[in-house]
Amino acid sequence: MSENNEKKSLGKVFFNGIIPENPTFRLVLGTCPTLAVTTSALNGLGMGAAATFVLVCSNIAISLLRKFIPDQVRIPAFIVVICTFVTMVQLLMKAFLPSLDESLGIFIPLIVVNCIILARAEAFASKNGPVASAFDGLGMGLGFTLALTLMGSIRELIGNGSVFGWNLLGASYEPMLLIVLASGGFLTFGLLMGLVNLIVKKFERKRAEKEAQAA
Amino acid sequence: MSITEILLFMVSCILTHNFIFNRFLGCCPFLGVSSKVETSVSMGLAVTFVMTIASLFCWLIYNLLLIPLNLTYMNTISFILVIAALVQFVEMFLKKSSPTLYSALGIYLPLITTNCAVLGVATLNMNNNYGLLQSVLNGTFSALGFLLAIVLMAGVRERLGSSNIPACMKGFPITLVSAGLMAVAFMGFNGLV
Amino acid sequence: MSLRISTAPHMHNPLTTQRLMQFVFIALLPTAAWGVYAFGFSALLVLLLSMASAVAAEFVWQKIAKQPVRVGDFSALVTGLILGLNLPATAPWWMVIIGSAFAIIIVKQLFGGLGDNFLNPALAARAVLLASWPVHMTASACVNPTFFQAGVDAVSTATPLGAPGTFTLTQLFLGQCPGAIGEVSKAAILLGFLFLLLTGVISWRIPVITVCSVYVCTMLIGGADWQGALAAVLSGGVLFGSVFMATDYVTSPITPWGQVIYAVLIGLIITLIRLFGSYPEGVTYGILLMNIATPLIDRLPRTIYGVKKEAKKA
Repeated sequence: MSENNEKKSLGKVFFNGIIPENPTFRLVLGTCPTLAVTTSALNGLGMGAAATFVLVCSNIAISLLRKFIPDQVRIPAFIVVICTFVTMVQLLMKAFLPSLDESLGIFIPLIVVNCIILARAEAFASKNGPVASAFDGLGMGLGFTLALTLMGSIRELIGNGSVFGWNLLGASYEPMLLIVLASGGFLTFGLLMGLVNLIVKKFERKRAEKEAQAA
Repeated sequence: MSITEILLFMVSCILTHNFIFNRFLGCCPFLGVSSKVETSVSMGLAVTFVMTIASLFCWLIYNLLLIPLNLTYMNTISFILVIAALVQFVEMFLKKSSPTLYSALGIYLPLITTNCAVLGVATLNMNNNYGLLQSVLNGTFSALGFLLAIVLMAGVRERLGSSNIPACMKGFPITLVSAGLMAVAFMGFNGLV
Repeated sequence: MSLRISTAPHMHNPLTTQRLMQFVFIALLPTAAWGVYAFGFSALLVLLLSMASAVAAEFVWQKIAKQPVRVGDFSALVTGLILGLNLPATAPWWMVIIGSAFAIIIVKQLFGGLGDNFLNPALAARAVLLASWPVHMTASACVNPTFFQAGVDAVSTATPLGAPGTFTLTQLFLGQCPGAIGEVSKAAILLGFLFLLLTGVISWRIPVITVCSVYVCTMLIGGADWQGALAAVLSGGVLFGSVFMATDYVTSPITPWGQVIYAVLIGLIITLIRLFGSYPEGVTYGILLMNIATPLIDRLPRTIYGVKKEAKKA
């Protein structure tokens, strides 16, 4: 019985980050990389994967260390842990994916100050066991990755006519360059967030109606 | 650097390569703390202050400590620790020396540690191999660009307050769309320097 | 209708929104007529399409958002016409439609509709189109061939700014030069300006000061003589922008001194972008940037009429 419960909550912890508390569209954390690197689907995916790796590792590490870290210095301690994994990602990327490293540029070291990671360390990993923390990190990371890949795909499609480098709209399509420029990032993000809000509201209204009928 | 070079560098940092509208650094406070003009001015000044001294200290640490010791791969971790310590120090210093300024900036100071503009400017200084003077100027001018952006944004958002915005666009979405339109206007400065 | 209501001084203006928009529409007709005459049938198509799609976008939005449909107030029509006049006659049809839809839906309606937009919709749409399809936006062909006996290649440059000295001041004034449909004939624009002044729709302040600012800045910063500065004023969209777009009630400052600051800075930014920027023309950006600064300008202390900022909070 209790095992079943545990499983359910792990699944819940995992899905929580993907839709209900999606870090990008619902919590609006980590906006800088979301705006800056989503000029193509691949960049979005790469950034998301790097952040997910850091998020899962730091969540596990912080959860294991949570009993040893004094409360007063917990934020600097979290930052040091996060920073260690970011430096690892940075070195690995430079060695194995130099072109991706170049296009993500300064935003790889800036994963350190990505509010999502610190927020999860503070809100979840410092209060829960390593398994649950790993699931939380994975869910949040996937939510972030999905949002970034979605943004990247949309911007690449409109601004370049392709997704993941595959040309989808044919040679006669004249790409709307603005969308892959700075202002296009803000516009796409804003409109997409409005759309997500609209869908979520519709969902909630339907659920409320159903509940009202049931009652 | 001559005076002309400094002036051109200033225009480049504030207008052409604006941290918000061109480089996407510091977007979280730009979106989060821009609902009132007064608070956005305070936030912008606090960021300017921290970015200037952070540029100075990070340059010193990197060039006088990390390079001689062959520890350059430790840059991110040492920069963030320097910034966190600086913010803490500034907070304590202000609390004692200037309570009025502290109460104006107080709540924003801790937020600045995780403002990617600060770590961003330190990393940019390192990547571009800027000298000491240019690093500090880059910190100050880029922060002034941030100040300009956040104050303009706050002005626009105060105006939006009372208008009939569709429910799903209220809050962050409309702020992002406004920022997008402002970034289009800032494209006019392209190629100025 | 949520037109912005400021603190005193109120301008006692008996004109309704619809009346205002009708007057602006009439004032735009001479320059539109010249554009069609100079650039031919394709210019007429661009103008008609931009007006139709702007009105359609407004209608569709108000239907979907379940708002009262107000396309009869002429404002969408005027936005469409101004956008069309800002485009080259060679603009492809899809670009015109995207521009109109962007102006109406994203720049105007998302912010709450007429009176709540912080940027001039037509101008913001023009900037978006210019950033997205620079080739289409800077091409300018089909100029009435009778104007170009001198053998000037009208296709090669978008505005006379690209090739200074190619056109005489008279040619620039009369509109015998390439450019966007509505910006070429300064004579027709002045006719519209006079009409707007006489009907009391706009005051002289913003247009006149903007033009003077461009003139003086071109002399001081660009080192031009009086003829060169005059050519700078008559080239590109300075007159069109300062008469029809910088004066937009919604996006320009309320106080007289605010308007002076606004207009002077527009002229300065235009000149700086023209002289040093990578874009040949800076009118769009000058006005847009000062639109953005307008809420801040409106916050400046209004000492002139003894009305302080505190009045706003009360």
